[in-house]
Amino acid sequence: MRHRQAIAVLALVGVFVATYLWLYKIGIIGVLQCGVGACETVQASRYAELLGLPVALYGVVGYAVLLVVSLVGLSSSFSGRRGPDLLLAALATIGLAFTLYLTGIELFVIHAVCRWCVTSAVIITAIWVTSVAALRRSL
Amino acid sequence: MRGFYVLLAVVAVGGAGWLIYAAQKKPAEAPAAVAPIPVANDGFKGYTLGSDSAPVEITVYSDFECPFCAAFASVQMPVVREQLIATGKLRLRFRDFPLSSHKYSRTAALAAQCAGEQGKFWEMHDQLFMRHDWAQSDKDPSDVFKGFASGLGIDMQKYQGCMDAQRYAGRIEASYEEGQARGVQGTPSLFVDGRHYEGKANSDDLKQLVDSIISARKRS
Repeated sequence: MRHRQAIAVLALVGVFVATYLWLYKIGIIGVLQCGVGACETVQASRYAELLGLPVALYGVVGYAVLLVVSLVGLSSSFSGRRGPDLLLAALATIGLAFTLYLTGIELFVIHAVCRWCVTSAVIITAIWVTSVAALRRSL
Repeated sequence: MRGFYVLLAVVAVGGAGWLIYAAQKKPAEAPAAVAPIPVANDGFKGYTLGSDSAPVEITVYSDFECPFCAAFASVQMPVVREQLIATGKLRLRFRDFPLSSHKYSRTAALAAQCAGEQGKFWEMHDQLFMRHDWAQSDKDPSDVFKGFASGLGIDMQKYQGCMDAQRYAGRIEASYEEGQARGVQGTPSLFVDGRHYEGKANSDDLKQLVDSIISARKRS
């Protein structure tokens, strides 16, 4: 159960990071605290949208789904069952693949790196590692 | 289990508070007294490196504060200079594209232009890119640039007059707007004989491309 707890906490942090970027993209947050990096360049590029929606919104939804699945997995009715672990690993793999694609765009196309995107990449990588480790343990 | 829910609640409250705080911070208004930078229309098309009769021209839109531009200038450019420019195959044209996310890009571009006024553009270009620590310090690099200029034997009185007057700010803005009009989104962006180059900005690929263009022209 520990790994589901860890994923829930990480996913909640991910929800806030993605929401921060999404609120900036739709104009509710006026200034991105970027420090070292080029968040505005990344956010202003055409790659910050996918199918007409801000990329950050996909992050909000993705992390929210991971949070819900991990919390449901913590309930007594799913305790000891492999289903939530399988679903978490599958969702985390999709998230990681999407993150790798976006990081590649940052590094090789836009040539600018956003600190918050890196933070999100670290979070999804940690979730993926945790979910895969949990899956292997339950085999 | 209770500790976990406490932790989750702390993260939730902290995150929500952070978002509310961030939403209340508005971007600073531009001072009313600051006029927009006038775009210079002096016909300047950028400093070039290489023979005027070189068969291929690469235009690079670059930002002195950009780490990728520094990597291109310090790692790839020496090979490009040796294999393509020195051999008369290529002429390289430098265009400023100072990204708004970089605080001191325009100061660096001005320093290069002011050095260029005294015939030392490329020397200053190399100093700005090769000694790139200034771009990581987040401190006003004007004194560092003065040190570069002084080391290059530049007349410091003229240089400082040029910097204080921001003599070439309009020229830099014109270059930036030209880049935007050509679809430049990031730096470094390369155009080979006027066409946007989407490949890797490394010396091997550029050599292969330039050689293939020259061969194709010879055949036709």
